Amino acid sequence: MARPVSYNIKEKPLEKDISIVDMPDGYQGEGFFATKLGDVVGLARKNSLWPLPFATKCCGIEFMATMASHYDLARFGAERVGFSPRQCDLLMIIGLISKKMAPVVKQVYLQMAEPRWVMAIGACASSGGIFDTYSVLQGVDQVIPVDVYVPGCPPRPEAILDGFMKVQEVVGKESLRRRNSDHYKKLLESYGIQ
Amino acid sequence: MALSNEYIKQRLQATFGEDVYGFEEPYGMLTFETKPEQNLKLMRFLFDEPALGFQFLTDLTAVHYPAYKGRELAVVYHLHNLVENCRIRFKVFVPTEKPDVFSVTKIFEAANWLEREAYDFYGVNFVGHPNLIRIQNVDEMDYFPLRKEYPLEDQTRIDKDDEMFGRGGTFDFGNRHPDGSPMTIPAAEKAE
Amino acid sequence: MSTTEKHITLPEGSIEKTTTKINLGPTHPATHGVFQNILELDGETIVSAEQTIGYVHRAIEKIAERRPLYQITPLTDRLNYCSSPINNMGWHTTCEKLLGIQTPKRVDYLRVIIMELARIADHLICNSIVGVDAGAYTGFLYLMQYRELIYEIWEQVCGARLTTNIGRIGGFERNFNNIAFEKLEKFLAEYPKALKEFENLFVRNRIFMERTIGAGPISAERALNYGFTGPNLRAAGVDYDVRVHTPYCSYEDFEFNVPTGTTGDCYDRFLVREEEMWESLKIIEQAYRKVQEFKGAEAEVFHADVPEYYLPEKKDVYTKMEALIYHFKIIMGEVDMPPGEVYHSVEGANGELGFYLISDGGRSPYRMHIRRPCFIYYQAYEELVKGSMLSDAIIVMSSLNLIAGEMDG
Repeated sequence: MARPVSYNIKEKPLEKDISIVDMPDGYQGEGFFATKLGDVVGLARKNSLWPLPFATKCCGIEFMATMASHYDLARFGAERVGFSPRQCDLLMIIGLISKKMAPVVKQVYLQMAEPRWVMAIGACASSGGIFDTYSVLQGVDQVIPVDVYVPGCPPRPEAILDGFMKVQEVVGKESLRRRNSDHYKKLLESYGIQ
Repeated sequence: MALSNEYIKQRLQATFGEDVYGFEEPYGMLTFETKPEQNLKLMRFLFDEPALGFQFLTDLTAVHYPAYKGRELAVVYHLHNLVENCRIRFKVFVPTEKPDVFSVTKIFEAANWLEREAYDFYGVNFVGHPNLIRIQNVDEMDYFPLRKEYPLEDQTRIDKDDEMFGRGGTFDFGNRHPDGSPMTIPAAEKAE
Repeated sequence: MSTTEKHITLPEGSIEKTTTKINLGPTHPATHGVFQNILELDGETIVSAEQTIGYVHRAIEKIAERRPLYQITPLTDRLNYCSSPINNMGWHTTCEKLLGIQTPKRVDYLRVIIMELARIADHLICNSIVGVDAGAYTGFLYLMQYRELIYEIWEQVCGARLTTNIGRIGGFERNFNNIAFEKLEKFLAEYPKALKEFENLFVRNRIFMERTIGAGPISAERALNYGFTGPNLRAAGVDYDVRVHTPYCSYEDFEFNVPTGTTGDCYDRFLVREEEMWESLKIIEQAYRKVQEFKGAEAEVFHADVPEYYLPEKKDVYTKMEALIYHFKIIMGEVDMPPGEVYHSVEGANGELGFYLISDGGRSPYRMHIRRPCFIYYQAYEELVKGSMLSDAIIVMSSLNLIAGEMDG
């Protein structure tokens, strides 16, 4: 006996007309607000990420569904999906990367300007997925460093949104000095990127 | 349908005699074999002859039979007569040492990439093809991956233990002999 | 990765002296999937185009040599992923042809419903993306909403949205429940209005017509020679539809038309796909009525009686001996196939999707080859765009409905 299906049973009532993100922690007084610079910059960056969808296969269709009106990605600030790596912050690798495609991915990653983040969406991008063959790269993290992995084959749009929110957490908490630190330089060198 | 398998067989044997052999009809589709030198002539005959009129190339592929010595690589053509709704299939067998087959791109433009794919996967050399280079795999690859002797997986991985999944260790699905030959060679294909 | 390194010198009277070579892809907002075109341009007119594919090559044919038949279905899903149930049903009907299984009528009608929904889903994407490439984003947003309704119907049957792995050899894994039929009725009620609205936006829209009429035409003879099938061939004027020619899955019980075009350009392809969506709606309504006519015990039939290939239900596995034995045999891969070779084709959303299966009597195929329509007709791209401008090249590429998973693989 199938139970009746319903979505969104716990509806959150709308408090205000516009929802605004929370303020970072800080010390407030009359006419001033003191907080860490990293927090403010992180707040600004994470709510206005410009993604580059590098869609290769079936996960790309789920990404298109995420961008469409039912599961809207624009509410998270990612309204403008750009296709030029020079202008984007977040490289979303959606779908399988084969060995023929790996140099292309690396070139696109190198063209991006710091700070840049990478999200691997789908089982194929995270680890090769169901295709354990000679021509498939077993995970895009063999050529570029990845920040967030979203598993699924294909992941539901809710999962992609969850991954996006985790990227927002990573972006919001990142220290301003990370990109010049030794740790980051060592990470890039291990991939052969200068 | 007006065009029956019997009629096609009669016309082929009348024109080509001993060069077409191995006639059988698995699941209703007439299948036969011909010598590698004849494939272009045969296809031209099937294309031009008004009563036969097989003017649509449905598929072109290659198969590797390591068990048949001297006839390892087979190129299989599927043709379709759209007007009479009749399909046929014919094969040519070539040895691995000299896998030369005439290219049929002059008759069907569709054969261009199909032959490139057969070359890429199996190493069949199509003589007369305008641009015979690899199509699906990386250009620098130096072996023909879909032949039976090459493994499926990426050999450079060191972090996987596949013994329980049927590869790498001693357990395989037990599907074929170690040299890649099939378990049962169908009776009609024992053309020796 | 290309072999033509030289620029082509142009004859007298051309705009430039030599051609400019630009690289379109493999990552480009307009390529739906990854394939590369190296175009030689004279000003903005295209002189030659060379294609490179294989960026998503997964060697599905080699993987299939290792798997028993039912494990190949998830691989076939990922060919034309916009309409994966058609690929699954195509593979299952091929296996049924090899094994000599006859499916009951109710299974056939349910399969027809699922396949026609998949065809609508694929044409939805193609037509709305043609709109997006011509600059009209709104149509895409309107129609993706109806793709969500189709996904919900598939979810009720098989549990997955996109790569469905729907059905088994011999039928379906579970009966369609009431919720699935309710959602189907909701779809049949709401979708025609949305499609009419989409048509009003595009079909007699002057800008769209001027963009697409005359872009990438092909004549019927050249199309047949290039191996075109499906809506692209029907737009050129040849009414070849596998559902009518060699009916499978009881398609002969349904009445539908096969729309054809005349010139084979982008506008004709767009219109052929629109009309096919209306025809698919007709087929789904007829199939739904036919399914509802089954009453009583017949209404519970959702698979053929082939215990050797169809996984038995769990309650039988726990209680009956034969079901336990068959369950063990199927899962451990101990069921052999009869030796032989079979070629079977279905009408995919892009054309004739064929499966050539050679079995040697073992548990997995000796050779499985998939006749992929996208792979075959993409060769004609150079002939379609020669002499037209760069923006036409983009529209032609999207109106051909090239899906990278089907081209490589």
